Amino acid sequence: MAQLELRAVSKSFRHQAVLRDISLQVPDGSFTILLGPSGCGKSTLLRIIAGLDAQTSGQVLIDGVVIDHLPPAERDIAMVFQQYALYPHLSVRENLAFALTIRRTPRHVIDERIAEASQLLDIQGLLDRKPRDLSGGQRQRVAMGRAIVRKPKLFLFDEPLSNLDAQLRTSMRIELKKLQQRLQATMIYVTHDQVEAMTLGDRIVVIEGGRIRQADDPQRTYTAPADPFVASFIGTPPMNLWEGTLRAQGTETIFRSDGMTLPLPAGLLPPHPGQEPAITLGIRPEDIALQEAAATIGVEALVELIEDLGADLLIHCRVGDLKLVARADRNTGTTTGMAMPLFLPVNKLHLFINHRRFDPPTTTPI
Amino acid sequence: MNRRLLLLLGIVTTVGLSLLPFLWFLLTSFKSQAEIEAAPPTWWPSGSLSFYRSALFDHHLFDYVANSVVVAGSTTLLALLIAIPAAYALARLPIPGKQGILAVLLCVSMFPQMAIAGPVWRLLDAIGGLNHRWGVVLPYVALTLPLAIWILASFFKELPPELEDAARVDGCGPWATLLRITLPLAAPGIFTAAILILIYAWNEFFFALLILTQPEQQTLPVGIALFQGEFTMPWGELAAASVVATLPLIVVVLLCQRWIVSGLSAGAVKG
Repeated sequence: MAQLELRAVSKSFRHQAVLRDISLQVPDGSFTILLGPSGCGKSTLLRIIAGLDAQTSGQVLIDGVVIDHLPPAERDIAMVFQQYALYPHLSVRENLAFALTIRRTPRHVIDERIAEASQLLDIQGLLDRKPRDLSGGQRQRVAMGRAIVRKPKLFLFDEPLSNLDAQLRTSMRIELKKLQQRLQATMIYVTHDQVEAMTLGDRIVVIEGGRIRQADDPQRTYTAPADPFVASFIGTPPMNLWEGTLRAQGTETIFRSDGMTLPLPAGLLPPHPGQEPAITLGIRPEDIALQEAAATIGVEALVELIEDLGADLLIHCRVGDLKLVARADRNTGTTTGMAMPLFLPVNKLHLFINHRRFDPPTTTPI
Repeated sequence: MNRRLLLLLGIVTTVGLSLLPFLWFLLTSFKSQAEIEAAPPTWWPSGSLSFYRSALFDHHLFDYVANSVVVAGSTTLLALLIAIPAAYALARLPIPGKQGILAVLLCVSMFPQMAIAGPVWRLLDAIGGLNHRWGVVLPYVALTLPLAIWILASFFKELPPELEDAARVDGCGPWATLLRITLPLAAPGIFTAAILILIYAWNEFFFALLILTQPEQQTLPVGIALFQGEFTMPWGELAAASVVATLPLIVVVLLCQRWIVSGLSAGAVKG
């Protein structure tokens, strides 16, 4: 168990910046998720923490000690790889024992740890098999076991569930969460799957284009995304986002976009009226109401497509030239082609000015 | 069905044609002098071992076998010792112009032996390698390295790099990673390369003839070639010696065959 700190870590490959100025604190015993689309640099960051790749600049610290000069072997970090990376010529038992054997751990300690870990992961029956005789889920367990037996300071997971089928992934996710709670270990987990991120993590670090977009608890990344990217990346279906302009008009602020005009409460004007700021307005599909209520803005929508998810419906509509998705109860009686009024609760709107979240000082959120 | 029949016929014809000279030698080696000279020729030998006796004891065949074992064995070991790190580096390290290096290597292996015979002889003369068994090992290693590096590099490239990453995180330094993870997994490639080198060094005639002029150092191909006298062609002894020369190679290949199984790395990563 340990805490990790990254200080202004940057990495570039041939003048191509992959990570820019990543600073991050991972507290002791936390389950931190590095979340981002493929190619955002999250796996590279994990490899830098493990010592498999070197950063171009910046520092990595464990428990306050700089470990940049240490090879992976001396960092006391365990890593679970996306492709499991089990040693194919060794049995499951030898795979589990490998790191301990290298470190010349006494035989009885190794046996003890293997017994412990294999019971925890329910793989006692597989110890004498070779990796090729295991199913995907079993391989995944062995890969985790290989990390657990070491009792390392830090666990790193590089998209460990992405090769499993959907059902197995869900059950492994739950097991992993239980495992983390039991081990009370510091874990850093890379994924591009926001559901995994939301359910597993107690902290989510959203990375895009080599930068940290938001580092927050999972709920906050959902309810108060820091920028339009986070807003669109977290949540299924993604938040509706429209770009447009803001103008003061009497007591109201008018948001104007292609074919849509929304009267917003006053006090939303950006701080520098001289410049033309980039304005993005967003609302989550599940926040859109079909009935009028207090403090809502009504829009007239044309239903273009209805997706039936079983539990509820996704109504894809057009408002003016803008697209909008609303999540609705399945008994609404909506049909394709009909025009229907939709109501946007003012306090559920997200406003981004120059690609940063803007919470007006008067009301929170707007 | 027809296609399978045709395929079978093709295989039988090809294998038969390749094996025919060997079979003829094998049969000849068990004949007596009278049977060899008989006209029309007899097909089935009487099972005489006189030519084996003559080849082994009168012509000192065992000395040649011993020389060949030493030469081919050390060539194989030395070539692998150089080729493994070279191929590993070419497969894994971010070396600029990697493809160029591999292409040059391939070109080197295409040099006709005749073209380099003179320079090689003078070099060996200068360093005192003439008439020493190590004097042929050096050019053999040089000539087999390109192929060995090519084979090994392509094997190393196919090993998932994640396995080596895992080993490094698990506490292995570069050498431990190579010895405990990479080499065991590349075993099929190493055996393939080793056998090809061994066959080359075992069969090589030209450099051996050029460099080893004393019978005490000569290898099998040269030794057997020098069986023939000024006025005689000892067909029987030649046949017997050729069988003896081929046998060790066949045994080694058959023994190693079970190691040359691909798919050893199955199960390491998502299969």
